[in-house]
Amino acid sequence: MQRIGVFVCWCGTNIAGTVDVEAVSEALKNEPGVVFSTNYQYMCSQAGQDMIINACKEHKLTGFVVCSCSPRMHEATFRKTAQAAGINPYMIEIANIREQCSWIHKDMKEGTEKAIILGKAAIAKVNLNSSLTPGESPVTKRALVIGGGIAGIQTALDIADAGFKVDIVETKPTIGGKMAQLDKTFPTLDCAACILTPKMVEVAQHENIRIFSYSEVEEVKGFVGNFDVKIKKKARYVKEDICTGCGLCTEKCPMKNVPNEFNLGMDNRRAIYIPFAQAVPKVATIDPNACNMLKNGKCGVCAKVCAAGAIDYTQKDEIIEEKYGAIVAATGFNPISMDKFDEYAYNQSKDVITSLEFERLTNAAGPSAGKLLRPSDGKHPHKIVFVQCVGSRCDSCAHKGKEYCSKICCMYTAKHAMLTRDKYPDTEVYVFYIDVRTPGKNFDEFYRRAVEEYGVHYIKGMVGKIMPEGDKLIVQASDLIDNKQIKIDADLVVLAAAIEPDKSARPLATMLTASMDTNDFFTEAHPKLKPVESPTAGVFLSGACQGPKDIPETVSQAGAAAAKVIGLLAKDKLVGNPCVAHSDEMMCNGCSMCANVCPYGAITYEDKEFRMPDRTTRIRRVAVVNEAVCQGCGACTVTCPSGAMDLKGFMNKQIIAEVDAICK
Amino acid sequence: MQIKGEYKPLIVAFCCNWCSYAGADLAGNNRLNYPENVKIIKVPCSCRVNPMFILRAFQRGADGVILCGCHPGDCHYTTGNYYTRRRMSLLFSMLNFLGIEKERTRVEWVSAAEGAKFAQTMNEFTEAVMKLGENKRLEDLRCKR
Amino acid sequence: MQKITKDILIDKSIELLSSGKVNRVLGWKNGEFDYDVTPYVFKTEEEIKNDFVFNGFSGANFSKYLVKETLKSEEKVLVFLKPCDTYSFNQLLTENRFARERVYAVGIPCEGMADISKIKALTDEAISKISFEGDSIKVDTLYEGEFTLKCEDVLLERCVNCKSKKHVAYDELIGEDGEVIDSHRFDQVEELERMTEDERFLFWQNELSRCIRCNACRDVCPACTCEKCVFDNPESSLNNKAISDSFEEKMFHIIRAFHVAGRCTDCGECSRVCPQNIPLHLLNRKFIKDINSFYGDYQAGEEKGARAPVVNFTFDDIEPGEAVKRGDGDNA
Repeated sequence: MQRIGVFVCWCGTNIAGTVDVEAVSEALKNEPGVVFSTNYQYMCSQAGQDMIINACKEHKLTGFVVCSCSPRMHEATFRKTAQAAGINPYMIEIANIREQCSWIHKDMKEGTEKAIILGKAAIAKVNLNSSLTPGESPVTKRALVIGGGIAGIQTALDIADAGFKVDIVETKPTIGGKMAQLDKTFPTLDCAACILTPKMVEVAQHENIRIFSYSEVEEVKGFVGNFDVKIKKKARYVKEDICTGCGLCTEKCPMKNVPNEFNLGMDNRRAIYIPFAQAVPKVATIDPNACNMLKNGKCGVCAKVCAAGAIDYTQKDEIIEEKYGAIVAATGFNPISMDKFDEYAYNQSKDVITSLEFERLTNAAGPSAGKLLRPSDGKHPHKIVFVQCVGSRCDSCAHKGKEYCSKICCMYTAKHAMLTRDKYPDTEVYVFYIDVRTPGKNFDEFYRRAVEEYGVHYIKGMVGKIMPEGDKLIVQASDLIDNKQIKIDADLVVLAAAIEPDKSARPLATMLTASMDTNDFFTEAHPKLKPVESPTAGVFLSGACQGPKDIPETVSQAGAAAAKVIGLLAKDKLVGNPCVAHSDEMMCNGCSMCANVCPYGAITYEDKEFRMPDRTTRIRRVAVVNEAVCQGCGACTVTCPSGAMDLKGFMNKQIIAEVDAICK
Repeated sequence: MQIKGEYKPLIVAFCCNWCSYAGADLAGNNRLNYPENVKIIKVPCSCRVNPMFILRAFQRGADGVILCGCHPGDCHYTTGNYYTRRRMSLLFSMLNFLGIEKERTRVEWVSAAEGAKFAQTMNEFTEAVMKLGENKRLEDLRCKR
Repeated sequence: MQKITKDILIDKSIELLSSGKVNRVLGWKNGEFDYDVTPYVFKTEEEIKNDFVFNGFSGANFSKYLVKETLKSEEKVLVFLKPCDTYSFNQLLTENRFARERVYAVGIPCEGMADISKIKALTDEAISKISFEGDSIKVDTLYEGEFTLKCEDVLLERCVNCKSKKHVAYDELIGEDGEVIDSHRFDQVEELERMTEDERFLFWQNELSRCIRCNACRDVCPACTCEKCVFDNPESSLNNKAISDSFEEKMFHIIRAFHVAGRCTDCGECSRVCPQNIPLHLLNRKFIKDINSFYGDYQAGEEKGARAPVVNFTFDDIEPGEAVKRGDGDNA
């Protein structure tokens, strides 16, 4: 049986002005469980709190109700008061008789009546309260960053600099990501490699960072602070610790015709390769699909030329198991496939290229050593057409494009146009656009320079069709401002392809129980206030896997994600919210409905052995709530058909008791 | 029978902790008046509201029940109010199917910044319920007159 | 009334039993009267030969029985499933309610089952014998003599509005599989929707006031397989059985219908077993109709593992206010 105290606050005249506090404390005296009831000018003051503490001791209270301002104001205060009085902080309830009563009603009688009812509801609830203790769980002080692009690199560096261990998992043989493929960066036009590669080196040399390149996350179990992750390190057939990266093997390998993915297939590499000169780790990798030795045991040239003896044709995939306290998804983006965009003749003509291919063509380390030459005949193009929004903002072409704006295309197209005009002033440059979107520091200035200083022809309108004709590309387009159809005989067409999340993100999200939107971008925990957290506790988001982003935004978000990770890892243990879901195992049907609605993946199922009421023993599938992961929304409780799932602090019977008290 | 003009409908309002309860507080802060017969019950999220609570309220004499939660897309728990929306669409449609006046049930999305909307919603809702008079139907459903 | 005879099912039962593939058979057995055919677990060939029946009263949906039956033995149980039963079967599998590997499911065709209430209404309460001959039913009564009825005139409501002759789950099929039927099962729901609120209230008050809270609808419902029903659980605030004006009494049918919303396959067992002939299926069908209309067509049990619309959402779902209007037939 509870012994409940009731403390009615005057809040000066804030409450006492429209509520007869004396009448309220008097009326609540006789409620079930109430053994003491009083009122005071300011309950939240030290004197008021002392009064509560004394009453708790004197009347051996097991819980109390404070009729005062909103619990949003002082619930925490009175929980501490309870604790000071030796009562569990969750044995108290607040009746909100200020914001939701005295302040909105003018009539004393009505205000008093309502305050009494609100008090009764709170008392009815306290009668059913039970002591709650927040769960604690330890924190593994190591972070996992999935993806080694600029997002992952920055996040890893920031976490590592704070003194925590970080592992980066990258599927490619090198870290660097898309940024490593870029030539210059907008709006400053500094070279991407010049600012990225020092960071890559820093990662490689950082004592707190390990790089698992050519590796994939295979399995994620556990929860915030305690993730168990299996990482598959794919066999690269080269001993990473022995290879010096001299590159001799990549020159001697007889398999010369393997499309070079780093240059988007515009030139070839060997079967054993190092993606680019500044790769980290700078270690060769054998492509098992191209290597003759691995395919039919004939060759072995690389092993013969390797002075270090690093080649190992018998290498196998390796599974690494590691514990992490936090996981950062930084899986990045890819341009969408142009295969379905027949109108742009991407598959018909080599001289219709994507913007990323254009980056490689203008990059000094690219297939044409930085000279802008047409892929078809190696001639210098004199008329270039850039097409923006290819597959972006595409409401009507959801089957091949994306409805959203890819955000970065306007700026990089302006950059491409400007750089082309700068290097090759004899080249005419046209840009077709729906809108030019340049929000960002110095962005609009940059775009205007392209138009005003560099004389790039910006034409508002969409390209309808591109037709290869001889060595020209006939671009048919509409000019919406002059309201006419135009034709341009271009030498080169560059398509600003929409970007989409990397394909690895979807299976990763499933492993992490992190939610995704319909476009497969990771969903943030709150669109405004928690932009780098995933709804799944302990999982953070960095870079374009959360939504299209340029480099400065990615780096800021990467730093923000790192700050959140550091904040988590700095704790020795996590104290949870005790108002979490709890399943009565004897009543659970194991139907999985609750797990379907849980936004946090906090519910798992276990086959447990039970002694049943009929004295038989049965193995039953039952829901188990991970209290460290549950955030206490209660979605599961309503979904549960048997009512096995309930929410501590907001139990069915507590809320029903409140309803009854109000409706009496 | 209550005398006309004296009848005050009893309204139970379930408010989510993060948006609507804060919106109700804001209405108070701004001293925006709404009828005192609106009584608020705080729940962590609108998705915590079991249809059972609503039926219970009606059966115990509530004349109207309103659920307030964060706007879709703004749920503190990301998806809670999406489930609320489906559940309440189905439940309220069913209650109406059984002959319960549709004006007695309502779902409204009220953010923490929408104190004025909260007060206005409560005024409108109370007025609509007032027009219907006392709720007898959910008390009577199984008892033939 | 049925195209297949009990002999085919008996032969199949004995074949599977004697081969050791199953060690018991969930089938129908004659009750006290010809029309109260009841579910029974047959364990021997002899029992099967003597007592197994299959006729126009073999309406019981066995899916729910599997929840408890599969716990009794690790060996397989043979179950006969009519097309509509297979939906419940799948739905229970979706909810992990029984071990599939402990069941051998034989799909059987069904031409519709007879409604004894309709037969009695057309003949007499005191029926001494009923036999099926092709498309007609011969009824002997104690005081009113013999009657011959057409099968199609005495079908159960759920069979009149049969939604599917297709089996969605089975290990083996007897006869040919049928098709999903474009039924008129929502017609009566629509009719009610067209009424005013007042008329609807009177309709339901009249129907539900007959309820005697026997719990037959719950006990037979294949969606009601909870380890402990909320109506039996003292902790749920719903189980005030004794008091006549208690919460549960009034809300029972609403709560029950909501509990099975999105999981109800519309098998119609609730209405079949209701001793007071309350059209309980209309509550379930209202939910099904609303779900179809608000969130797109969904048939519970059609696909094992499907995520029910009540545990799913889209960002632009209909708002409750709009939903109630649409459910009221305003837009119909």
